Amino acid sequence: MTRILADRAARLLDFLWSGWAGLAALALLFACWQAGHETWGDFILPDPLATLGATWSLAISSESRGLLLLTAQRALAGFTLAAFSGAVIGIIAGYAPAVMRLARPLLTVVLGVPPIAWIVLTMMWFGTSGATVAATILISATPVVFVAAAEGIASRDRGLGTMAEVFRYGALGRFWFIDLRQAAAPLFPALALALGTSFKVAVMAEMLANAGGVGGALARARAMLDVPQALAWVVLAVIALVVVEYGLIRPMQAEIEGWRRAAQPWGVKK
Amino acid sequence: MSAALELHRIGHAYFGQSVLNSIDLQIAPGEVVALVGPSGSGKSTLAHIAAGLVEPREGRVTPGYARHAMIFQEPRLLPWATAAQNIGFALRRAKLPRRLRPARVAEAARLAELEPQDLAKYPVELSGGMRQRVAIARALAVRPDFIFFDEPFTALDVALKRRMQDLVIAAAEEAQFAALFITHDLVEALRIAHRIAVLDLRGRGIAGLRILPGDPGARDEATTFALRQRFLTEDPLFRHIHDVDERRRP
Ligand SMILES: Nc1ncnc2c1ncn2[C@@H]1O[C@H](COP(=O)(O)OP(=O)(O)O)[C@@H](O)[C@H]1O
Ligand SMILES: [Mg+2]
Repeated sequence: MTRILADRAARLLDFLWSGWAGLAALALLFACWQAGHETWGDFILPDPLATLGATWSLAISSESRGLLLLTAQRALAGFTLAAFSGAVIGIIAGYAPAVMRLARPLLTVVLGVPPIAWIVLTMMWFGTSGATVAATILISATPVVFVAAAEGIASRDRGLGTMAEVFRYGALGRFWFIDLRQAAAPLFPALALALGTSFKVAVMAEMLANAGGVGGALARARAMLDVPQALAWVVLAVIALVVVEYGLIRPMQAEIEGWRRAAQPWGVKK
Repeated sequence: MSAALELHRIGHAYFGQSVLNSIDLQIAPGEVVALVGPSGSGKSTLAHIAAGLVEPREGRVTPGYARHAMIFQEPRLLPWATAAQNIGFALRRAKLPRRLRPARVAEAARLAELEPQDLAKYPVELSGGMRQRVAIARALAVRPDFIFFDEPFTALDVALKRRMQDLVIAAAEEAQFAALFITHDLVEALRIAHRIAVLDLRGRGIAGLRILPGDPGARDEATTFALRQRFLTEDPLFRHIHDVDERRRP
């Protein structure tokens, strides 16, 4: 038990240490931003500090937190739907080559349609509601999850399945302990990607469908040509995405894919 | 005494292409039978059929053992699990109470001569020989009374191969399991087995059987070498064992 805790702590420290690199990258971004601000002036690119100030005042106002929460909720709801349906159909396609052959061309068509077109269609189907946002996310984020799940299952090491069968694992046990575990490797990066797509599409759909949330607030800022306000909302939306990704997806991935660290030369050896 | 494993007129085909035909073989409890035959002659297929993983097209498999295990050419370890967890993987379905599992894992690791500190490592951190030891420990952990070996040491270098063979001989003596040991290495068969079965080039039956003198553990180097010489030079059964090109199979 203490070993596990120590391991967790080591991983957390390791992660925080790697945060320095992230901090350096952020500092670089702010330096470029500041330079852009000084070149083009306040109207095109406001002062980064002023933007951070605007972000802060948005963050502490309960009204805007409500908007952010609404968008995050919609994004997460759409993401959950997309992750679930993509994984389920993908796993089926991974086992059944016939389903895969059917799904491939469909996928090409679905992926070929720009998300914005889906927003227009779903708006006409569902009106300006949360359902429009959820449906658009579902359509845009499902394919990546589907492809990853299908690849993960189709490219599984069948030898491990045979081994499990020797040791009396039934079909369900093999699926749970062997196949699903192998599919996790491509699935997690795809889930992170789908989550990002969910947030982006949520904001976009809200803006176009005038469905409130961060998208609605962005539309208002645009109408009033309030660039700092618009940027502040963007920063908030990015922060929300990062919080969800590093609070939900990455820890799960670290838990399940932790063994890969052992393969790294600098991996912590017990 | 009834056989630990009985194969009766086994036949199999892949996509209409016959691989095995009328294979008859009996293995007594505690007996190690080496099955030799060139690559592509259907040895792995026969092992899978005998272990109940593949349904044969013809014939009948009658297992007389209580619990089996298999060791493959590749270790087939779960990359995401430590050596100890890999050994324990076999125990989850072995109807062994959870609290007794660590002791069983340790016992199997000792039989496979694994170092305790290696048990916490992941397969990527282990050498090829160590990985195969983990696979052996995983098989021994369920205390099988029958083990299928499918060319387990082919990928290892000569010195390591000999140490692993010694390990299997010692484990067979201690744990008293019967085994079907598939190999295409005649010397390996001569060291490990009580009996050698030679598979026909094209899988058309067992071409012949030879009983080896004494117990594998008591057989010394000179005996093994003499047997090898005799089989290769005088015994027509072994004439084709080394000169087959599997690419020319139908
Ligand atoms: N799953 C399979 N599907 C089709 N053909 C197979 C399959 N497994 C083995 N074979 C064929 O059956 C023959 C015997 O294979 P195998 O039992 O692996 O032989 P061995 O283990 O003696 O090398 C080979 O010609 C091989 O190509
Ligand atoms: Mg084989």
